[in-house]
Amino acid sequence: MNLHKLASRLRPTVTQKFRHFHIQGSGQQLEAVVGETSSAEPSLLSVFRTSEQDPACHSERHTGQYYTIPPAHIQKLFPHGLPPRFQLQVKTFNEGCVMVRPPALELISYLKRVDYSKPPLRYILYGDTGSGKTLSLCHALHYCYTQGWLILHIPDAHLWVKNCKELLPSSSRPSRFDQPIQASQWLKNFKITNERFLSKVQLDRYVWTKRESTEEGRPLGELVDQGVNRMKSSSDVVGAVLRELRLQAGGATDGEGAFKLAVAVDGVNALWGKTTLKKEDKTMCEPEELTLIHNLRKMMKNDWSGGAILTALSQTGSLFKPRSAYLPNELLGEEGFDNMEPFVPVSVPNYSEKEFESCYLYYLDRNWLQHPHSRSEEGKKELIFLSNKNPSILERLCAFL
Amino acid sequence: MAASGCRGVRSILWKYGSCGKSLCVSRSKTALQLPVRQICVSSSLWKKNLAAAGPEKFTQEFINKQVEEFEVGKRHLANMMGEDPETFTQEDIDRSIAYLFPSGLFDKRARPIMKHPEQIFPKQTAVQWDAEGRPFHFLFYTGKQSYYSLLHDLYEKILAIERHQAEMRNKGLYTTDTKQIVLTGSRWLLKEEMEEHLVENISDQDYMRLIQLMERLLSMPYCSLEEEFVLKFRRHLEVQSRKQEIPVIQYDPQGVAFSVADGRRKSAKASITLRDSGSGNVTINGKNYLHYFPVLQDREQLLFPLHFVGTLGRFDIEGSVEGSGHSAQAGALRLAISRALLSFVSEVEVEKMRQAGLLTADPRIKERKKPGQEGARRKFTWKKR
Repeated sequence: MNLHKLASRLRPTVTQKFRHFHIQGSGQQLEAVVGETSSAEPSLLSVFRTSEQDPACHSERHTGQYYTIPPAHIQKLFPHGLPPRFQLQVKTFNEGCVMVRPPALELISYLKRVDYSKPPLRYILYGDTGSGKTLSLCHALHYCYTQGWLILHIPDAHLWVKNCKELLPSSSRPSRFDQPIQASQWLKNFKITNERFLSKVQLDRYVWTKRESTEEGRPLGELVDQGVNRMKSSSDVVGAVLRELRLQAGGATDGEGAFKLAVAVDGVNALWGKTTLKKEDKTMCEPEELTLIHNLRKMMKNDWSGGAILTALSQTGSLFKPRSAYLPNELLGEEGFDNMEPFVPVSVPNYSEKEFESCYLYYLDRNWLQHPHSRSEEGKKELIFLSNKNPSILERLCAFL
Repeated sequence: MAASGCRGVRSILWKYGSCGKSLCVSRSKTALQLPVRQICVSSSLWKKNLAAAGPEKFTQEFINKQVEEFEVGKRHLANMMGEDPETFTQEDIDRSIAYLFPSGLFDKRARPIMKHPEQIFPKQTAVQWDAEGRPFHFLFYTGKQSYYSLLHDLYEKILAIERHQAEMRNKGLYTTDTKQIVLTGSRWLLKEEMEEHLVENISDQDYMRLIQLMERLLSMPYCSLEEEFVLKFRRHLEVQSRKQEIPVIQYDPQGVAFSVADGRRKSAKASITLRDSGSGNVTINGKNYLHYFPVLQDREQLLFPLHFVGTLGRFDIEGSVEGSGHSAQAGALRLAISRALLSFVSEVEVEKMRQAGLLTADPRIKERKKPGQEGARRKFTWKKR
């Protein structure tokens, strides 16, 4: 009785219509909990959810369980960062729940223990298509955010090497090309994410045109605004921002100036692959010739200190790579592999039994699985077979059930 | 007439023609003074109108002669093959003919056969009336005498049974639970078979009427009196599932049971090893089935046999498939999985699977392209001018 009331109190968002099912459902889950482990915390009401909202405190105990990211954090941290399908799911379910999985936990544990006076470590998340690399990256980023780091998140580097409408020759260097739209878009999102760092002091003097320049000692926010307003030089502004942050990240170890830099790039194999952009004389563009890519590559080198470089490979958006490729050396190519070496590879597998179970219960809980057969054991086995426990395939499958 | 007359004269003259030329002169005088009129006839008149004659009629002597020839030929064939002529059966004949006259023709009916004349020549009715033109059978003028006589006999039997029933009632021994004729596992003769039996054509309504009358006979309690008469008109049905070939279960060195089976669909060939190991991994051509079949429909095809039998997570599947497209490959794999599952499953399940269509090979193949058309069915664009 008490437990029922507790359940109804902690789920205020459930509508009246579903309440009845909900309470019954949670009743069943309670029995499951009681049957399963007796050492579970009393605040754990269901097997698949955890009330531990702080990524810093996640541990192996929470593997397979969902934790909620507060909506404020989602708006700030991930204006552009989450995969589109996940964004739809967040909108539908009215909450952003992410599963705690071993690869993300591994990453977070590394981040906790690393010495930040040394050059940053490069972490590469790799795995099958749809196995959860991007979401693990987002989980780790959430941890960084709660710890107060400066987040430099490029949601998909592939967007910078294809489908660009405007390709301007660079204003500063003759053989480079600018992408003003993408650069200004990214700067806007950067501003939203890192508002509290915008009053940082910067070091150098930058000259944009004959009339405009940014003096020494101006805050970073002004530099970013400059890039957002003046589209022509936005790519160079991006380069300048990256350079500043690189120089300042490890600079002051204490006091107000100290911050740690998290560089997160999804689809990092785009930096060393090919592009589909053409120059005006119809020859193919090399990624080297794009300003944004060039600056990002400089970022990837670990000649600075005081942060971490988290990356994830992606075959889905990649150009000219076969569908079955998922290993780092296949997707990065020789050049990329040499540049990224040495790195810490983190493999992201499909769901395990427990994780699948928990995902299934989560969908049931959210009433996402409407079909009555999907609630039975047989239906669950069918889902396992049809999706082979791949997260994205399972999600697409459940979408029309 | 005139022509033959001329020919006749010419043949006589030919004998005397060697005597000399003088006779030639006298030919015109000695020739018969018949009016010789040249009638030009074309060969088309001499051809018979084959269609008007109707189906070929074989006389009884002809059939008897064929039967004798067949028997003699059978003995010759047995001698040729080095076997005993006395115990030479029809199967042996078929085997020998197939050996002696190998044929590459696809249609089995076009290959050389040697069968008893009764099976080759269609049954024909003998002449139905006597020398004076009077028909033998009293129902001849109905047009379908054997059909109506059958109905007549049936009704006689029904009346006989009713009389028997009345007798039993009089004696006081009337019961409804008498021995019933066993009808399961057999079916009524089809209309074509009935026509063959009666050696005459009957219509659909006639056939229905006959079957109704049979059913009426069977509905009476004492119908077992006429059991053998009724059974003459029933055909036995084989249990289809007995015909299934079930692959043998083999055992691994580790003791894991596995079975191997093949499947085909539309030029895709698949071969499967089904292991009873307790995990649900599926590997096809070395790749995970999620990578090999990105389309959901193909994976559903693989799922169907396992789900039907209820053993989803139990078996490991290792398969190789080649040829055709992804859908045909999925179909071939499905057939192979169902066949491999037969050895792990009970007979009732086998019958259920057969009825679900899991064990039937899909006979559809790509239709041939015809000349004058762009594809198998598509015609060329029709232009008015």
